[in-house]
Amino acid sequence: MTGISRRGFVQLSAAASLAASGPALAAPYQPLNPIEKGAKLQLLRWTGFINTDDAVWKKNTEAFTRATGVPVQIQELTWTDVQPKSALAAQIGSGPDIIMGWYDDPFIYPEKLVDVSDVCEHLGKTQGGWYPVAQTYGYDQNLKRWIAVPIGAPGAAVVYRESWIKQAGFDAIPKDYDNFLKLCRALKKTGHPIGLALGHAVGDANTWCYSLLWGFGGQPVDAENKVAINSKATHAALAYAKALYETMIPGTSSWLDPSNNQSFLAGKISLTINGISIWFVAKQQFPKIFPDTHNADLPIGPVGTPTVYNLFSQAFIFRYCRYPNAAKEYLRFMNEAAQVGPWVTAMTGYVTPALKGYAKLPVWTESPDITPYRDVLAGTHFDGWAGRPGRQAATALNNFVIVDMFADACVNGTSPQAAAATAEKRLKAIYG
Amino acid sequence: MGRWFDAPNRLGPLLVAPTVLILGGLLAWPLVLGVWLSLTDASLGTAGAFVGLANYAALLRDPVFLGAAFYALFYTTCAEVLKVALGLALALLLNRRFRFYRITRAVMLLPWVAPTVLSALAWEWLLDPQFSAISWLLVHLGLIHGYINFLGETWLARASLIVVNVWRGLPYFTIGYLAGLQAVPRELLEAASIDGAGPVTIFRRIVWPLLLPVTTILVSFSAIWTVTDFQLIWTMTRGGPLNATQVFTTLAYQRAITGGNLGQGAAIAAFVIPLMVVFAAFALRATREHA
Repeated sequence: MTGISRRGFVQLSAAASLAASGPALAAPYQPLNPIEKGAKLQLLRWTGFINTDDAVWKKNTEAFTRATGVPVQIQELTWTDVQPKSALAAQIGSGPDIIMGWYDDPFIYPEKLVDVSDVCEHLGKTQGGWYPVAQTYGYDQNLKRWIAVPIGAPGAAVVYRESWIKQAGFDAIPKDYDNFLKLCRALKKTGHPIGLALGHAVGDANTWCYSLLWGFGGQPVDAENKVAINSKATHAALAYAKALYETMIPGTSSWLDPSNNQSFLAGKISLTINGISIWFVAKQQFPKIFPDTHNADLPIGPVGTPTVYNLFSQAFIFRYCRYPNAAKEYLRFMNEAAQVGPWVTAMTGYVTPALKGYAKLPVWTESPDITPYRDVLAGTHFDGWAGRPGRQAATALNNFVIVDMFADACVNGTSPQAAAATAEKRLKAIYG
Repeated sequence: MGRWFDAPNRLGPLLVAPTVLILGGLLAWPLVLGVWLSLTDASLGTAGAFVGLANYAALLRDPVFLGAAFYALFYTTCAEVLKVALGLALALLLNRRFRFYRITRAVMLLPWVAPTVLSALAWEWLLDPQFSAISWLLVHLGLIHGYINFLGETWLARASLIVVNVWRGLPYFTIGYLAGLQAVPRELLEAASIDGAGPVTIFRRIVWPLLLPVTTILVSFSAIWTVTDFQLIWTMTRGGPLNATQVFTTLAYQRAITGGNLGQGAAIAAFVIPLMVVFAAFALRATREHA
């Protein structure tokens, strides 16, 4: 064994076993950058919303280790707990090498992150390019470099009970806000109200409130990051939300993220806005309601284009990582077609990949209920739109300024003007 | 070498040194750092610049913070008053000998020993607007017509959290009072009884005055834990609805950790320090007197 390292041996063995498994796989593994000797990595990611997610992610990671000899230790946390841990790592300069975070996370500490431009440019070139919204979540306009590799969005769509929609006199989910409201009123009349979270639900409440705000043309800040919430468009969005709230099941003001899933699966509500997890869990565990459960695109507001606000995850590498090339290689590997295909397929499209090429995956057309999640990243906005993603946008999001504004109007009965004025004050305190 | 250690002014400090180091490193230093951070505009990942009292001034104009300060004090006051009253009542009941009294005392401790997050989750289900067992029972008894929105309306949510806090903290008071009651000299009670004092007079003139030092200790320690309560509120409401149940700790966490504004988060946390000093002073004085 002279002149060959342990890692070299593993690489050779991996190559040999790949060669033995068939001529198509015989090519030796070519990393984008030479991987550091003795590299090993720690990844912190969110626990899958769908149980098949973690299993396939782990399998793909094992394939990476087989191909490169780099062991990767995966640590999982509930999605809302990743951000504090990531913040702590940024603060103390120690922790997991790679973190799969959310929304604006990398823009809170951009200087502390490894430049991943080569990986992102390579992936963009080979997989059909990035969705613009994904690029915004990964590319830092100030530093002029990619600071995170966009992973994708657990997308939001309308989840509904078909029989109750028909009973209310509708054949499908309307594509515009006016008819959507008519449907919700009819559903309430037939005793099957809708339910949308208005408590401090990080995902669900922010998702529908921002989507609605943008749908009417409202925006927390303008392109210059100047507070612009107190506008006629916002007032219109709040007035609409008030009307919508009247069609909801009582109690949504206390709803946290799991609440709408539980209520839908218990048959208490006829319609909500969610990722594909409700449909997936119904398929696995609720055979009685599954045939009646369907997904559809969110209606489009007066602005005339989709304004879906999705959760968004991207992976970033901290500068304290001792093996940045290995970490970058891992992120490249995990975002290649050979890995993304099985991953997205196993979770029936729970995460819509950030690369356009993956819209061609067969999983999206396997069922018409999966298709709405395919295009959630096309033509939508990022957190903090129309301003820039960053610390202020993250603060506004995490302080629930927009959700509280909607709750103020809907639950407290505050006038749209007064609710918007309160939000304006809070946003000014954040944006300055 | 042995002689060198014999000098009290050498051996003493040497023996105390580990404690000083541990207390200084783990308690004093973080406290100093926290106060320093509150005087800066530090955000996650940056050291920040000194801004004087700007964070405090901004907070005093911030309605969300003022609301959180109000609810933290309201939450603590109501919870402590209820815990004293109910804890004492329960202790008086449990101080009697009855069948299974040992088992009853053990069972009563369960809320205290159960992990807070677990009991918070259980209560979240009990108070859920759609799945609440309490609402279900009341509806089936014909007392109400619809489910109660326990955690979705400002005052109901505030009251519900206080109830849960009382439920969790009650055993601490009961056990404390039970110990206090058992330490009341039997002769005093017998003498009073012979002199013709009724149970109310005995309680007012003998038992309660003797329980006062215990009460001070119980309330001061419990107030420290209640004003810094985080898990229960964060699990059940995350400070909602509409920030109605924010307290110092949840708001500090939200601003500093999830919002990235370390300076402001530290300033919110620093507002608790004077309160803690008062409670701690009471607790320390009472423990010393009691001892």
